[in-house]
Amino acid sequence: MDGYSLSDLFSILVMQGFSGLSLFSVLLLMALGLAIIFGQMGVINMAHGEFMTIGAYTIYMTSRFTERHFPSFMPYYFIVAILASFLIAFFVGYLLEFLLIRHLYKRPLDTLLATWGLSLILQQVFRSFFGAREVSATLPDWLMGAWKPTPDIDIPLNGLFVMAMSMLVTAMVGLFLFKSKWGLKVRATTQNRVMASAVGINTKMVDRVTFAIGCGIAGVAGACFTTIASTGPTSGSLYIVDTFLVVVFGGTASLFGTIASAFTIAQAQSILTFFLTNAMGKVVTLLTIIAILMMRPEGLLRSKVRR
Amino acid sequence: MKGFGKAVLGKPGFVDLLVMAVIILVVFPLALDIFRLNLMGKYLTFAYCAVGLVMLWGYGGILSLGQGIFFGIGGYCMAMFLKLEASDPVSTAHQTTPGIPDFMDWNQVTQLPLFWEPFHSFIFTLFAIVVIPALTAYVIGVSMFKRRVSGVYFSIITQAIAAIVTILVVGQQGFTGGINGITDLKTLHGWDINTDSAKYILYFVNGVLLILSVILGKVVLSTKLGRLLLALRDKEDRVRFSGYDVSSYKVFVFCLAAVVSSVGGAMFTLQVGFMSPSIIGIVPSIEMVIFAAVGGRMSLVGAVYGALLVNYGKTAFSETFPTLWLFFMGFLFVGVVMMFPEGLSGLYKTYVEPRQRRWMMKVKGGKGIPEQLNENARV
Repeated sequence: MDGYSLSDLFSILVMQGFSGLSLFSVLLLMALGLAIIFGQMGVINMAHGEFMTIGAYTIYMTSRFTERHFPSFMPYYFIVAILASFLIAFFVGYLLEFLLIRHLYKRPLDTLLATWGLSLILQQVFRSFFGAREVSATLPDWLMGAWKPTPDIDIPLNGLFVMAMSMLVTAMVGLFLFKSKWGLKVRATTQNRVMASAVGINTKMVDRVTFAIGCGIAGVAGACFTTIASTGPTSGSLYIVDTFLVVVFGGTASLFGTIASAFTIAQAQSILTFFLTNAMGKVVTLLTIIAILMMRPEGLLRSKVRR
Repeated sequence: MKGFGKAVLGKPGFVDLLVMAVIILVVFPLALDIFRLNLMGKYLTFAYCAVGLVMLWGYGGILSLGQGIFFGIGGYCMAMFLKLEASDPVSTAHQTTPGIPDFMDWNQVTQLPLFWEPFHSFIFTLFAIVVIPALTAYVIGVSMFKRRVSGVYFSIITQAIAAIVTILVVGQQGFTGGINGITDLKTLHGWDINTDSAKYILYFVNGVLLILSVILGKVVLSTKLGRLLLALRDKEDRVRFSGYDVSSYKVFVFCLAAVVSSVGGAMFTLQVGFMSPSIIGIVPSIEMVIFAAVGGRMSLVGAVYGALLVNYGKTAFSETFPTLWLFFMGFLFVGVVMMFPEGLSGLYKTYVEPRQRRWMMKVKGGKGIPEQLNENARV
């Protein structure tokens, strides 16, 4: 570690820490959806990454559309586009739950395979529509540039935006789950499906909406993703293994656990990446997570539901 | 050998096994030219993994998404041995450091790494192909199953391990050949493995080993262990409360599947002539599951057909319609799971077997196989 002065090291730590925060934001958004779905239905959605890609391509399409037809609207389109990416991912998720996933709730391992097949199909669909090359949306000006608190530290604005976005969505998911009527139904179904339907909750509908919301959040993750990287047909699948680990590591059915584990994994990865090589940083992080999981199979925070 | 006779000979499943053996050892070599036969041999090496997955997933209910790791261990062990033989000091005299594999030389490695040394010996290599995957699986298995990590958790963690292994192999280019893998394998104890005659011999070795693996699987599954596996797949807690040490059974079957896959990997290297990380990662590992699923997750023989069929489809499709291949594969996953959870062997059981039985009744005059016995006997 010689060669770095103390203030250099501090700047590096802040900047790597910040890039870790951007990764954290995307991982968190991805994991939130997956965690609700897994917590409630015990289903692992291998195609979750593709819903993120759907969101990212939605942003790309809206940016192209706005650029061509309403150039004056450019500074604001992004907000509308995020909504659109949520809605499109939501409806695709809703449809797929109806067509495919609901038949497989009793066979979680089979769902894993079926959704893997789904992700292959979706990837090929993206490839035929948008081409194999990566595309990137034109971002509004206010997302460009960087904030410099000191001369050594560069904090990109898009990173800040992504962070704000993920905080907002997390807060909304928290409000939805713990303050709304639907959230009450969702929690009831998660805790005890049979009793929930006995008191008149339409658990099938709750499942469908929960699945769709999880996919919608992945769509928002994709929207955020476009601000920090370009989108290709397989962009989503790059994050999927990390996301699974976030969910498993965080402990299911625990919003706070998901946040904590997304934070740990993202920070560990981006700080280690700087001191080791890119690959080794990732290897060390993943290995540590697996080692911890072996000691605590229920994850960081276990849910207090009696099975 | 009592168990062997009981499990293999004289049961209706024996006919299936015999048919498979005839197809692999007689029909293919007669009908195909050496190029296609070699290709079939390559597909058959994936069948080892599918056979392992039938035991692990179909019977044990443990879905490992990391079988590629074990395939890779076998493949890389064999490749390391062959590579060391191919890089003798004479033929690598132009290198900065003669006598080490070429990719090490390109990556400024000047000395053979310590873990490569034992692979000078063929006996050690064969030993490693069996022992290393067993040990790896044992460590992974014990640490997970003793902690009661199961179901989807186990799948996710094995997938993550597959990801880690791939990243490591790709990243440590100087030691493993990186993304290109270990290539240019030529001889085995001075015997050129790229000639046609060698390819024929390797094909038969491969076929016989595969059939032996299937027989081994049948023997294991027909014992009490097989029945316990089924029981713990369906109601793990009841098996545990009956006093069985559930995790040991799981560890055993996981190790067994690992060793079988590893042998497949070694045969892959011998027949195809290279080993690379593209065959061991997340995607190939999960494709191995679909081989087993297409063939029928409860049928060892079916798994072999599944591997052949899917791989043949893959080659045929990607030759003629490269873009359609992913669609095909995707729909295969969805379709098999949704409509034919028992795969080909399930179709065979529902449509072919009843006819067969009726036909046998006619021939033997009412002395066909009773339905009940037949169902129980099939492994």
